[in-house]
Parts: sequence; structure tokens; C-alpha cells
Amino acid sequence: MDKVKVYYNKFGLPRIIIISFLLFLLIAAVMLEIPISALISDALVRTGMNGILVLSMVPGILAGIGLNFGIPIGIVCGLLGGLMAIQLNLYGFTAILVAVLISLPLSLVAGYLYGLLLNRVKGSEMTIATYIGFSIVSLMSIGWLVLPFTSEEMRWPIGTGLRTTITLQGRFERILNQWGAFKIGDVVFPTGLILFMLFFCLLVWLFLRSRLGTSMIAAGDNPKFATASGINVNKMRIIGTMLSTVLSAVGIIVYSQSFGFIQLYQAPMFMSFAAVAAILIGGATIKKATISNVIIGAFLFQSVLVVSLPVANKILADVSSLAEIARIVISNGIILYALTQIGGGE
Amino acid sequence: MKTEHNNEHYVLDMRNIGKEYYGTRVLKDINIQLKPGEIHAILGENGAGKSTLMNVLFGMSVIHSTGGFEGEVFIDGEKVNINSPVEAMEKGIGMVHQEFMLIPGYSITENIKLNRETTNPGLLSRVAGKKLEILDMKSMNMDARKSLDKVGVGIEEWVKVAGLPVSFMQFVEIARELDKENLKVLVFDEPTAVLTESDADRLLETMRKIASEGIAILFITHRLDEVQRVADRITVLRDGQHVITKDTKDSNVNEMANLMVGREIKMTGESRDNEGSKNVKMRIRDFYVDMPGETVKGINLDIYEGEILGIGGLAGQGKIGLANGIMGLYKSEGNVELDGKKISLNNPEKSLKQGLAFVSEDRRGVGLLLDSSIELNTVITSMQIQGTFLKRYGVFTQRDNKKIREHALKMIKDLDIRCTGPSQITRRLSGGNQQKVCIARALTLNPKVLFVSEPTRGIDVGAKKLVLDTLVQLNKEYGMTIIMTSSELAELRMISNRIAIINEGKLEGILPPDASDVDFGLMMAGEYHKQKGEGVRADG
Ligand SMILES: Nc1ncnc2c1ncn2[C@@H]1O[C@H](COP(=O)(O)OP(=O)(O)OP(=O)(O)O)[C@@H](O)[C@H]1O
Ligand SMILES: [Mg+2]
Repeated sequence: MDKVKVYYNKFGLPRIIIISFLLFLLIAAVMLEIPISALISDALVRTGMNGILVLSMVPGILAGIGLNFGIPIGIVCGLLGGLMAIQLNLYGFTAILVAVLISLPLSLVAGYLYGLLLNRVKGSEMTIATYIGFSIVSLMSIGWLVLPFTSEEMRWPIGTGLRTTITLQGRFERILNQWGAFKIGDVVFPTGLILFMLFFCLLVWLFLRSRLGTSMIAAGDNPKFATASGINVNKMRIIGTMLSTVLSAVGIIVYSQSFGFIQLYQAPMFMSFAAVAAILIGGATIKKATISNVIIGAFLFQSVLVVSLPVANKILADVSSLAEIARIVISNGIILYALTQIGGGE
Repeated sequence: MKTEHNNEHYVLDMRNIGKEYYGTRVLKDINIQLKPGEIHAILGENGAGKSTLMNVLFGMSVIHSTGGFEGEVFIDGEKVNINSPVEAMEKGIGMVHQEFMLIPGYSITENIKLNRETTNPGLLSRVAGKKLEILDMKSMNMDARKSLDKVGVGIEEWVKVAGLPVSFMQFVEIARELDKENLKVLVFDEPTAVLTESDADRLLETMRKIASEGIAILFITHRLDEVQRVADRITVLRDGQHVITKDTKDSNVNEMANLMVGREIKMTGESRDNEGSKNVKMRIRDFYVDMPGETVKGINLDIYEGEILGIGGLAGQGKIGLANGIMGLYKSEGNVELDGKKISLNNPEKSLKQGLAFVSEDRRGVGLLLDSSIELNTVITSMQIQGTFLKRYGVFTQRDNKKIREHALKMIKDLDIRCTGPSQITRRLSGGNQQKVCIARALTLNPKVLFVSEPTRGIDVGAKKLVLDTLVQLNKEYGMTIIMTSSELAELRMISNRIAIINEGKLEGILPPDASDVDFGLMMAGEYHKQKGEGVRADG
């Protein structure tokens, strides 16, 4: 019995609940005769398209700024990159590459400034980050109206400003998903998308094992220790913030290509919450996160969402917003749970 | 269920206690009985399981979150299940921890009264219950004052705990326990480790007073002379097993040491044949450090190449501040030269790069990454400062895990770090073994000058000898200049070439290790020059 308790502690209550819930949903799906292969294909796609956004949590957590609720900053930079690619009338992989290349300097600069700010509010980073995230989304809502993009595809036919959703059809919609995709039975495996995500995971993994990455982790873990080891803690926190911002910029580009649309205005508002919830489900805490937390978390969280939608629709045909409600309940519940665990553990 | 043994009454009776951590057995069949008013010492090497046994008694969450324990605990003959520190407190058990458990941002009174606040019913509480009653600060302050007086601390009860020198924190912890009514058993886990000898004396005195009021005391310490002085009985643990329980009067310090380690140990003074040269290695002039509770107010001192310089003095006088200042951890001012080259102050990276290394007195706060492995802790500073233990690919680097592992294994062997392996996280090491990891990290830097603060704090006799021997060996074989700050005069005298005494933030004077106790006493009290009428010179 005690052994069970130890394992239970190791595995964590949230993960046990989520996995049980997922199993329950899967059984329900089988009983309701919902095609499982479609669900699995969907779960894979959603894991891949959200993966890098979830990954963007890792440098923030390890550098000691906590859960980076401020990723809308990076998301906005990524969106700008995507818009520029359309403006420049690019297609296919070139478009994605250029989008990433353009968002890179933007997100580096934005991340740097944001890092400077976070260094001035040590101890309440997460509150400030959430606030900043919301502010930037609101600010950019004006930005989307006034930025001088001229491409017909992006502007409202009448009136001023950019559309709320801009289709990527024919430009770079789903090109990562389709690259090298193959079928196992009825399940479609989005090879390019998954490889792209894993590639970025690998980059971060390598970074964390480098000298700089090691210093960053030390600075986040115990600032006093880091200082005594000659590590500039503020600098490391800025580096972590910049990385997180860059990753979220890349993340939204991948997300958009898979989704098929670039969504502007209010859309990025709550994206940080989904990423935060996913990494926490994956087993990360406010102080520790690993690449496996990212992959497991993104997969579990997205799977629950993918499966709950059709199940809910079948059971309660008219309450189609149920899946959305489930998403909000799960993500906010997980975040709340994690916040109550601060300073807990051993 | 009532139990009586030999018609004797025990306040505390722990039977067949066992504990496993993650499959490693750390306690097996431990039996301890305590009579009212008895002072019972628990002895054992680092990692023998002393703190773990106390954690069991105190219902700490580390125990319960790792699968609980085996055996039974009786209090006043009544079988009890203690599942949390709060329950332990209600059952009359108090504990002064090895690592402080105070809340820095709170005042002393608030810390003493935490969770046991005295309240007056206010308007809200009549409606909403006891939780919202108004704190009766006045009576709380008075209670706090009373307990503080009992331990003999003259500090104001409203002062915030943050920034207090460690010795004060220790007394505040004790005062907190004393403030609890119905206290039956009080546990001291290495209470004197952080205290200077005179403070420790006062503490032992306090312990006797507490015991004479009928409270039983469990006393964990590595200072065997203290055991000899205050304990009625001793229990020795070795590798988690019960070795013996006997009356203190039937034992002596040497026997205790041998029982603990299970082999012969001789604590004799090291030969100090290595006199050190007279070349000045480090020159310190007009040195000021703004370290709360340990301010340095203008020190002039020359450190010779290849010597072991001891730094002593009472707590709060600034001896701790010196090394912290030179290493750039607290704001400092003045002039420090190494080999004739100026050291950039207030910059830890430069201090380290210039060949200095430091083992901090604050092991858990500054010395360790508690959630990282022993091996990473050992190499990380060297990796940052000297770029060692890395594989290079152009501008990119990767940790060289093979080299790190090899080095860590060597350190574990050399310093006899008791652990399950180099990848064990340091939080799970016993206090003394954590200290050894800190030393391993400093040694990995191969420093020209090594500062060590309180290197043997909380370390058992065997390990202490090992640490001191290591310092002497580094000094002899590699000519490393070592500055050792310590509250234990005995160990300073054992290995230092010269001993500098700091008083009121200034250098009071420098004595040879064989100077008389009286001279050391006078100097620490700042009375030496008044009595002898001599001036102070930087080079002693
Ligand atoms: N939280 C933990 N998880 C796993 N192992 C632990 C934990 N705490 C202690 N241990 C192990 O239990 C053993 C006993 O440790 P304990 O802290 O009781 O030693 P100790 O006798 O108090 O030593 P010291 O004199 O150094 O304080 C050690 O081997 C230690 O590594
Ligand atoms: Mg201990």
C-alpha cells in the first residue's frame, strides 16, 4: 500500500486524473461508434501543432521566471512573420522559412525588453506576465487595424485593417503536416509536423546541456548559488525569456499552417493558458520542466480535447459548446492545481 | 494501550523504528526510551539516520510522502500516530531543526507564535469563528519576550528574522519551542553546530534548565565534549542500526567516537611543520563589507603564500563577512590584491576567475543546487568559470557527461561522500554529506586561494578529520593558501599556521595556534590590547 503511495506521489495526481479521463473518453468513443482512427490522427496533428508553443514554456520555467503567461508577445511576432510572408507573396516552405526568419529578430528584441521588465518584478513574474500578455493582444488589435499591409488576401474588402482570420489555403496551409505523411491503417501520421516539433525539442535539449543552458538552469534553480558561481542571474533570466518568446513565435507559425488560418485580434489572448496547462499535465512544475514533460503533456492535453468533442456531441447533440467548456475547465483546473503546489513537494 | 517497562515511566518510547527511502534502508529496529527530565544524546556519523529518526518522531512530510515508517511510538505509555508536525506539537513534542525553519519576512514574535497566535474575539470572529479573531500582539510579544529571556537572548522581539545572524536564528528557534505549553519532549538537531563556543555554553546551560523542569531532551550533536557535559545517556547509531545505549558516565569521548565510526579514530593535532613562506599572497587594506549581522568595518590583513590562516571571533563580529566580501557576494569596499594584482570587488565571476574559491557557511542557501545531482553540483562552477567538463563543437558546447561522472566518482571516494551514487540529488543527502559536496565543488576549481567558512559545521568526527586532513593535504601538496573561518577554536588551532581574531568588524590581532586560551579569550572579547597594551599590526 505504501509502495502504491510512493508511485502515486511520483506520478502526480493531475496526470492520473487526466489519463483516467482520457481512457474513459476513449471507451465512451468506442461505445458510441466514433471512428477511433480519425481521433488518433487528429490527436497527432494537434500535438504537433501545439508542441512548440508548449515547448516555449521550458526556458521560462528553468530560468526562474515561472510559467510564461506572456507568450502572446512572441505569438504576435510570429503572426507578423506569417503576414509578411503573405505580403511578400511567398508560397510553400519558402513562406514558412521567411516567416520564421522575420519573426526571429522581432521576437528576440521583444523578448529582451520583456526580460528586462521581468527582472524588475521578481517574485510576481506570473501576474505581470499575464497582464502583459493581455495588454499586448489588445494593443495589437489596434496594430492589426493600422499596419500598412497591402495584400488583398489579408485586408477587409471594404473598410480598414486586416481580417480576423486570414486563410493560408494555397500558400502554406498544412505543408508541414503533409510532408512525408503516411497511413497506418486509417491513421494518418503527419510526419513533417511531428519531425519539426521534435527538431525544436532537440535544439532546446541540446541548449540545456550546453554551458549557457546549464548556467541558466542554475540561475533559475537557486539564484544565490548561481551568483556565487559567477553566473549573472539577470542575464540568464533575460536569455530564458528571449528563448521562450522566440519559441512561441515559431510555435504560432507552425500552429497557423496546420490550422490553415492566421487568426488575429483576440485569438492569441488565451493561447498561453493552453500551453501552460499542457506542460503541467506533462508533469512539469513551476520550477522544473523537461522535454518529456512537453511531449507527454501536449499529447495528453490535446488528446483529451480531441476525443471529448465528438463524444460530447454524440451524447448531447445540441450542447456543442460542451467540448469547449471541458477545455476551459481542464486547463484552468490544472493551472490552479499547479499554482497551489508552489513550494510544496518534498 | 498502556505500557510500563521495569516499572519505569517513559515520556517517549520509540520501538523497532525502521525506514526506507526509495528502496534504501536508512533505519532498522531502533529503540529509544526517554525518562522525564532526561537529556539523551543521539550520536552517529553523517548519514547514520539521526535526522531521519527525528523526522519520524515529528511526523514530517518527507517521511509520509516516501512511504511512512515501521515501528511504534508511545508517548506517556500511550500509543500515538503522528502524521504531521502539528500533531507532534499537540502531543507535546518540540523540535529545533538542523536547518532553520523560520519565516524570514516575519518578526521574531510572529515566528515564535506562528500557528499558535493568541487571539481576542473581535467583531468579525463572533460571526465567522475563531480564524478571524484579532491577534493579541501585546500578550504575544510578552510571551515571546519570556521565552527569549529563558534562552538568554537580548534581541528585540519585533525585529524581522531576515538578515539576523545564524546564531540568533538558532536561539529564536529554541525560544519558539519553549513557548509551547505542554511541552514534554524537546528535540535538538545539532543546535550548537552554528554557534560559537560561548553561545554553545549558554545553550547547554539552557538545556539543563529545561530538563530540570521535567522536559525530556533528545540531543543530536557531533560535539562529543558537549555530550559528555550534559547528557545523561547516549544512544549510538551506525548506518541506520542501533549500536548501543548506555549511561554517559560509563563512557568517554574516545569510546563514543569509536562506537560511532566502528573503527579507531584519533583526534590529534596535525603537525604544523609547514610554516608557510613570508611572501604576501593576498593583501587586504581598508576592507569594508556590508553583510547584515556580520559587517566588516575596515580590516587590514596580509595572507602569506602557502599558509593556513584561521579566522576566528564571536558570532556577529564580522569574521563571516570577510570571505563573503572578497568573493563578491556582499557589497564591499577597499583594496584587495592577489599576487600584487588588484581583485575586482563586487564581482563573483572575476574573483573566481582570479583563482579564488569559497565554501560558504550557508550550505543550503548558497552552497548547493538542492534539486540537482551531486555530480552537477560538483562541476558546475568550474564549468562556468574555467570552461572545463565541456565538449566543444565550434562555438557550441555540451556537458561532457563521461568526464563529469569520472570526476564526481573520484570526489565521492576522496571525500567519502555517503550517497547512492553521483546522480543522487543533494537534497536527499544528510547534512554532513551535503557539506562535503560543497567542498568538492570548491576543490574542483583548483583554486590558488581557498576560503572555507565553517567547513566542519554539522560534520561528524570521522568526516571532520577527513575534511581537515584534506585541507592540510591540499595545503602541503599543492601549496594552496587556505583561509578557514570557523567558530570552533579547537579546529582552528588544530590546522592553522596563524589565527586572526575579528572583533567588531576589525582585526583584533593575530595569534599563533599554541597561544594560551586566555589570550584567545581576551582577544575575542576585544580586551587583549587593553590588557597587554600592544598595537595591532596587519602582518601579526
Ligand atoms: N529525503 C530523503 N530522500 C532520500 N534519502 C534521504 C532523504 N533524507 C535523508 N536520506 C538518506 O537517509 C540517510 C540518513 O540521513 P539523515 O539525514 O538521517 O542523517 P544524519 O544522521 O542526520 O546525518 P548528519 O549528521 O549528516 O545530519 C542518508 O543516507 C541520507 O542520504
Ligand atoms: Mg542530520
